Amino acid sequence: MRLSQSNSRTPFGRIFNDKLAARSFLLAASFPLLVLLFMAGALLLRTLPIFQFVTPWEFLTGDLWRPSQGEFGLSTFISGTLWVTLLALVVAVPPCILTSIFLVEYARRGTLRGLLPVIDLLAGIPSVVYGVWGVLVVVPLVPRLGQFLRSVFGDLPLLTSSNPTGFSILAGGIVLAVMISPIIVSITIEVLRSIPQGVREAALAVGSTRWQAVKHAVLPNALPGIIAAAVMGLSRAFGETLAVMMVVGNTAAIPRSVFDPGYPLTALIANNYGEMMSIPRYDAALMGAALLLLVVVIVFNILSALVLARVSQGARS
Amino acid sequence: MKRRWWTLAHLEETFFRLLMRISALVLVLALAGILLAVLIRGLPAMNLDMITKVPEGGFYLGGGGGLLNAILGSLYLAGGGTILAFLISLPIAMGLNVYAPSSRWAAFTRMTLDVLWGIPSLVYGAFIFLIMISMGMRASLGAGILALTLLQIPIMVRAMDEVMRLIPGGLKEAAYGLGATRLEMARAVVLRQALPGIFTAVLLAFGRGIGDAASVLFTAGFTDRIPTSLASPAASLPLAVFFQLSSPFPEVRARGYAAALILTVLILIVSGLSRAVARRLSRNVVN
Repeated sequence: MRLSQSNSRTPFGRIFNDKLAARSFLLAASFPLLVLLFMAGALLLRTLPIFQFVTPWEFLTGDLWRPSQGEFGLSTFISGTLWVTLLALVVAVPPCILTSIFLVEYARRGTLRGLLPVIDLLAGIPSVVYGVWGVLVVVPLVPRLGQFLRSVFGDLPLLTSSNPTGFSILAGGIVLAVMISPIIVSITIEVLRSIPQGVREAALAVGSTRWQAVKHAVLPNALPGIIAAAVMGLSRAFGETLAVMMVVGNTAAIPRSVFDPGYPLTALIANNYGEMMSIPRYDAALMGAALLLLVVVIVFNILSALVLARVSQGARS
Repeated sequence: MKRRWWTLAHLEETFFRLLMRISALVLVLALAGILLAVLIRGLPAMNLDMITKVPEGGFYLGGGGGLLNAILGSLYLAGGGTILAFLISLPIAMGLNVYAPSSRWAAFTRMTLDVLWGIPSLVYGAFIFLIMISMGMRASLGAGILALTLLQIPIMVRAMDEVMRLIPGGLKEAAYGLGATRLEMARAVVLRQALPGIFTAVLLAFGRGIGDAASVLFTAGFTDRIPTSLASPAASLPLAVFFQLSSPFPEVRARGYAAALILTVLILIVSGLSRAVARRLSRNVVN
């Protein structure tokens, strides 16, 4: 290994180079924070004019969105985003955790080694492709599912379909669930594999079945990592735009059942940015929606960091 | 001692084993179904024109031509974004691992990167769009590249950081022990040890960049022509999929599926490449 490859041969030159590099590398490392601050600042600056018009509270909770008449209420879109994201998590997280447990704890070594690259590959498939699948496969299936549920259970709250098409928050949730599942599975597998073998052996040695060992010994230790995996999936689902837009129906009404169409915030921004300069304060309202997405992501990261710190403390003691 | 099958513990075991098998099966079927659906619907619309010609008159009504504008546009956008993001990401990752390891400031920067990772690509697009309006610029290749750069930096830095953190401390100490400065250590140890990981990070970010639609929607626009300069608008494959899928004409929709197929194949190539390159480069790594 040749270490003295520096341009200058004198020790002072080498130290100078090192100090120079230290400064510039640390300067570069402040770039992420600068981007975040600059982005939040720019969006806030563009959003502020809307608050001369509506109060922040009205902006977030109002349910009327008529830009040409100066009515800006985001609550329908916020509920659309919440519905789709929550559905995605509910659909994705339990099977993903079970699949990861199966692959790490039960399946043969070779199965896991063969599947890992496939999972990584699937995590890299663009979201539009998931959207195409949603349009081709999920959307046609959803109304049938609705009819089936109706014929078996009658009218249930949240599950009663009045929507003849499949373009619904359920379709959006399913597409997002499948989209985030490779991410969740791959992180959960990594977490489970990092749990020392001795933990399992200790549980098995005192006579527990394999599942009991998983339930009582492995999962409690893996909990912080699994939460982190779910949060990663959540943030991907939350901000997804086109894949959701393709299947969710984009109707501005608060969904009453999972078979109703919805209109997430991201879809609102993407559908309307073209006209935003032509109606007064429209641009401020749309940038306010973007700012809301940014703020939620920041808050969510802080919350999950706090929860993780707590949970991993609990796991250690 | 033989366990009896009717004990609660055993029933629970059997139940969860079944549940696990079912969920693994459902996931595998769903994911295989995606590739299959894109292949089955995309293949009939594929022909040589699709990847060698730009759209001709009436393309969006079912006329002749191909998707070369979107293919090249996507490659330019993701390529430019990846190069810019690499130039910024490598110093950040180095700074985190060589000059400020385990400081509170490094922890804070890592958390900032986590936040940036989670920010929807749409928001990056909106941010660059705001800058564009304030400077009176129109949708262009350059603006699209900038939006993708912002999107790719956290992906790249996090992936690089992950491999750099795994470098054994002993190797670094050995370099310091020989009298190396931190810069020399970074070059001789960190760069060399992390090289396969750095390549994987770059290709990962490239894959995310080429597949992202929301950030280029605002910034790069869409055009039937191949971009000739940074100031001209650029088409992209994800948007080609999206726009053509919303068409009422079945021929045009079929081309949307073809575009999705091309995009998927590109991603598969990038993924395979990253695996091959990482394997080759890991010859230089000492464990």
